[in-house]
Amino acid sequence: MIDFLTLLQVLDSSLRLATPLLLVCLAGLFSERAGIFDIGLEGKLLAAAFVSAAFAAITGSVWMGLLAGIFASILLSLLHGLASITLRGDQIISGVAINFLAAGLTVVAAQDLFGQGGRTPPLKSGGRFEPLSFPWASSSKEMSEAGPLMQLYSELLSGHSLLVYVALLTVPLSWFVLYKTRFGLRLRAVGENPAAVDTAGISVVGLRYAAVVIGGILCGIAGAYIATSLQANFTKDMSAGRGFIALAALIFAKWRPWYALAACLLFGFFFAVDNRFQNILLPAWSLSCILGVISIALLSYVWRKDYLDKVVLGGLALGVAVIAFMVVNSVWTTGITSQVKIPVVFIQSLPYVLTVVVLAGFVGRAIPPKAGGQPYVKER
Amino acid sequence: MNIVTKLLSTAVGLTMSAGLALAEPAIIFDLGGKFDKSFNESAFTGAQRWADETGGSFREIELQNEAQREQALRRFAEAGANPIVMAGFAFADSLGKVAPDYPDTKFAVIDVNWLSLPNVRGIGFNEHEGSYLVGMLAAQASKTGTVGFVGGMDIPLIRRFGCGYAQGVKAVNPNATIIANMTGTTPAAWNDPVKGSELTKAQISQGADVVYAAAGGTGVGVLQTAADEGILSIGVDANQNYLHPGQVLTSMLKRVDNAVYEAFSAGENLETGNFQMGIANGGVGYALDEHNASLVSSEMKAAVDTAASSIANGSMSVHNYTDDETCPAVSF
Repeated sequence: MIDFLTLLQVLDSSLRLATPLLLVCLAGLFSERAGIFDIGLEGKLLAAAFVSAAFAAITGSVWMGLLAGIFASILLSLLHGLASITLRGDQIISGVAINFLAAGLTVVAAQDLFGQGGRTPPLKSGGRFEPLSFPWASSSKEMSEAGPLMQLYSELLSGHSLLVYVALLTVPLSWFVLYKTRFGLRLRAVGENPAAVDTAGISVVGLRYAAVVIGGILCGIAGAYIATSLQANFTKDMSAGRGFIALAALIFAKWRPWYALAACLLFGFFFAVDNRFQNILLPAWSLSCILGVISIALLSYVWRKDYLDKVVLGGLALGVAVIAFMVVNSVWTTGITSQVKIPVVFIQSLPYVLTVVVLAGFVGRAIPPKAGGQPYVKER
Repeated sequence: MNIVTKLLSTAVGLTMSAGLALAEPAIIFDLGGKFDKSFNESAFTGAQRWADETGGSFREIELQNEAQREQALRRFAEAGANPIVMAGFAFADSLGKVAPDYPDTKFAVIDVNWLSLPNVRGIGFNEHEGSYLVGMLAAQASKTGTVGFVGGMDIPLIRRFGCGYAQGVKAVNPNATIIANMTGTTPAAWNDPVKGSELTKAQISQGADVVYAAAGGTGVGVLQTAADEGILSIGVDANQNYLHPGQVLTSMLKRVDNAVYEAFSAGENLETGNFQMGIANGGVGYALDEHNASLVSSEMKAAVDTAASSIANGSMSVHNYTDDETCPAVSF
């Protein structure tokens, strides 16, 4: 049913879909590790997408677009910093405001500049990040004849835009910066106990600004990736909620870089599966067996957990069991071997269901940085 | 008390005089936005054509969220706009509530043909007929025998596009494979070009070499990826051939512009009732221009035109998905 090449194609797609999530997730990681919650990731992503597409269209150079996108995203970060660090405002409100600002301004500015109704003109080659072909990679036409290793090399590893590799490299880089440098130690400390950092004579405000600016840079790269690599222009609301999904991935990853990579790849994988397998036909018996096993596994797992987990996961197990029963019931007359179509809605909701399940028990408690969300006020 | 009464009567007086002075038509665009290069833009083109030809002016609003539907309708009705045209099936519920409150205002709504209110003109399109024609072209242009369909939000209307398309494909090549995908189940599915691209890539990897997008702004991503990957795509609603010259096979034309133009031209004398626009009365068709002339051979054109004329004269019919919620040619 699913051959190796298909699997590779799905993984290939997962990687493309995970890239913007990963960059935005790491942006949130830096910011939240320093104690600044960032709901405005979506807005920064959208603004960067617009500015990079607009600049690439005007100058004809994708690098100018990338720089301009990063610049725009940093500006919004600084705005967030001004409101929530310097002026000690509510970080959530400031973030929401940035989302609204970006959603409105991008369309208005695009309409004013290009008169194409809130979109930017399509980019020619040179104005986009083209896919990079690795040496000796086989083209898509001869892919099916190539050996498995060659397929792995040409389909999954080769053929992505430069920014995908950049995004993957930011993971070890973020890990190194956060855990192996003095700056990283201070940054993490400022999110846990800013007073202690302050006592040591290090500027809390400076560290927090540095963190949001790093977040701005990463969001800028993500926006440029969406608008100038995946697409060839900006369109209204094209970030389509990816900033919020990245936030979910961040909690899922417990604010750690390598976990963030895993979480984003998993989300990307589920989105890719939903794109590729919209109508899965399974024999009724196997479907109900799978559901039954999931239900029993959930129940036996939840047995040893505390009250809240019992309610959430137990409820879920019950739901799964009911669906399994419904499947059996619906094929009662036609026979247990007949095929059942898994509705596309179910596949599309998988990433979200998974988040709930994982957060409710499997990753353990996700504890945010202790000082997150609170403006730092020096004691007098 | 006295002041309140005075103010109220002044307000009423103002609205009434405003109503008398400004009997200009109004149009409300759906969430995709006025310049979606597709459905809404087509509606805008029709309104603009009326304004250019008559020198008149019209009021317009682009909705930003669901909550504004009824509000926008009432605002225009209160302001005395007549007729008020709505672009999109999603207005059906709001209009059902609002229309009886303004019996003197005429409403026209596109893609809704099931309301029976005395002051509402419902305009439905036979998208399955137009999609049938582009499906025939797709099957003739395809070398792999596999073609794709990317829908926007998964609603019966979009399934009607997909179903007509699949029937057209099967009419030319009964063994053809049709991969039908929907972008999502919420209105956000009209504005996600990245997902449109990934769906297209997934279809290409399954062998599709022509992809038909009926997905609003998401379709821009579908057409872009098809052009990037060197396969053909089919646009929808407005003529989208020019977006990627030589790489868009054709566009399924839904003459929303004509419907809006006619409603605006009729003004306050708009004929109400439910109307159906199909191949027979020029409501749907396919686009042929300098951008795709090299892609559509004369045999392909002849075959499609023959089918079009037999659909027009009623000797052949295309199954409409929304009649019975089933499709003989493809499963969604």
